Amino acid sequence: MQVADGERAFAFEPLGETVLLLRFGDRVDAKLNARVHAAAAILHAAGLPGIVDLVPAFATLALIYAPAVWSDGDGAPWQHVAAAVRTVFATPPRHDAAPAATIEIPVRYGGEDGPDIEAVASHCGLTRDEVITRHTAADYRVAMLGFAPGFPYLLGLDRMLHTPRRANPRTRVPRGSVAIGGAQTGIYPSELPGGWQLLGRTPLLLFDPQRDPVCLLVPGDHVRFRAVDAAEFAALMQRLAP
Amino acid sequence: MSVTVLKPGLLTTVQDRGRRGYAALGVGAAGPMDDVAFRLANALVGNGDDAAALELTLVGPRLRFDTAATIALTGAGFAAQIDGRSIGGWRAIEISAGAVLDCGSTRRGARGYLAVAGGFAVERVLGSAATDVNARLGPFGGRALCAGDLLSARDATTSNGPPSPLSRGERGFTWSLDPRPWFDPDPHRPVRLIRGSHFDALDRASREALFAAQFRIAAASNRVGFRLDGPRLAFAEPLELVSEPVGFGTVQLPAGGQPIALLAEHPTTGGYPRIGQIAAIDLPRLAQRRPGDPVRFVEIDLDDAQTRYLARERELARLLDAIAMRLAT
Repeated sequence: MQVADGERAFAFEPLGETVLLLRFGDRVDAKLNARVHAAAAILHAAGLPGIVDLVPAFATLALIYAPAVWSDGDGAPWQHVAAAVRTVFATPPRHDAAPAATIEIPVRYGGEDGPDIEAVASHCGLTRDEVITRHTAADYRVAMLGFAPGFPYLLGLDRMLHTPRRANPRTRVPRGSVAIGGAQTGIYPSELPGGWQLLGRTPLLLFDPQRDPVCLLVPGDHVRFRAVDAAEFAALMQRLAP
Repeated sequence: MSVTVLKPGLLTTVQDRGRRGYAALGVGAAGPMDDVAFRLANALVGNGDDAAALELTLVGPRLRFDTAATIALTGAGFAAQIDGRSIGGWRAIEISAGAVLDCGSTRRGARGYLAVAGGFAVERVLGSAATDVNARLGPFGGRALCAGDLLSARDATTSNGPPSPLSRGERGFTWSLDPRPWFDPDPHRPVRLIRGSHFDALDRASREALFAAQFRIAAASNRVGFRLDGPRLAFAEPLELVSEPVGFGTVQLPAGGQPIALLAEHPTTGGYPRIGQIAAIDLPRLAQRRPGDPVRFVEIDLDDAQTRYLARERELARLLDAIAMRLAT
């Protein structure tokens, strides 16, 4: 089943009895990703009954729904949800994306906070300083949050910095670690297991359930990294200490 | 009402029916592994089905009730005792001040649910009392209970919610619930599986093996997922995917060829191909299996699975109503 509405074309893909996936594509692509988030905003605003949660990803959007709310009439509940979604997009609501914020992330590169920076440099045929220069030069966009609460997947990594994940993932990656995994870069919001290459660490708290907003970065935000020295890192760490 | 944890058991966590509305931030629902036994435990003590209760795993906790309370234990067959006297599950039981509930361990099933009238009063994080051990989110800093932890319950007579029928002095405790249709720890019953988005990309032998082979739940399994030991499965062509949403019951296939069935603490998204989706009606049954137990899949189509799931939910809703009425009369 397809919804072909020019820019908003997507297909339905049920993921079991309580999840309906809207597929916009299957690639990491900024335009596809922007459509996913626009659709999420439109569906959020539409307030369809029995929608429990929305999960936007790179090129897909999941609707978690209560099938009992959609069980009247012929056909399966997922078909009723799909029909309701089609109706929402049949009269395409205007969606003006909220103006995106730009958030600067201070990072102490290398040393014990970035134990893989030399490996990334040698893989990419660059010096350690060239890795830092390229990593801090780019304008990144937050594509999605997933894997763990508040983990941002960032688009815009310099091609020269693409580095495969580590063969042996670490069981503990420290909170705030800034890392590269393949064509992507991200920040570990808490101590987690992980296989990405660690370049450095930020003192900023990306996820705090007691804070409003809970996440420092949300999809659509622009992100820039700024290299800081040990003294500034320590000062920021102290200021941010709970 | 307050309870002191004397011994925590293997993995005892506070749960409600899950944390909703934050999936876009990467925050999963968590909640009970066996949602049916969880709801019935709450119903038996007159709670709404979303009240905070404890999930017990294989070896249950030892708890001292510092004040009297009404409790119910459902799910796996824990050999529970109050001050050395065995108690049965699937019924409301009054426990007096100072008594010690030793939940013992279970040989049938893996997970039990302990509810107290009024519900446990715990910190809600992002609107929910569910403990996500893996994400360290929820009451008690998102960890399992430890010795020395103090739990309190909402006073059933003064809570803001509807008063618990049990607080009005009625005692319908001479009866218990027949767990049979709602609790099935038989590990040999096949688990119904819907083909996943990437099932067709499996090679022919793997497509057959998925529904013919017997898998076993690996020791390295937890509330996030069960790793399934068995034949290695493979795709006809290597599959490169970007992260996409996953759900409770999604069966992923990482490059190593060992399937993983995602469970209550699944992340919101994952990058591995999805070869199947376990039918929602069979998730409570799977959640009751233990490391080493067999898992065999049989195919079901989505529409059939959804119809059966709705029928079960209607039946469960009728039972929850019937329990509430029985408690009230």
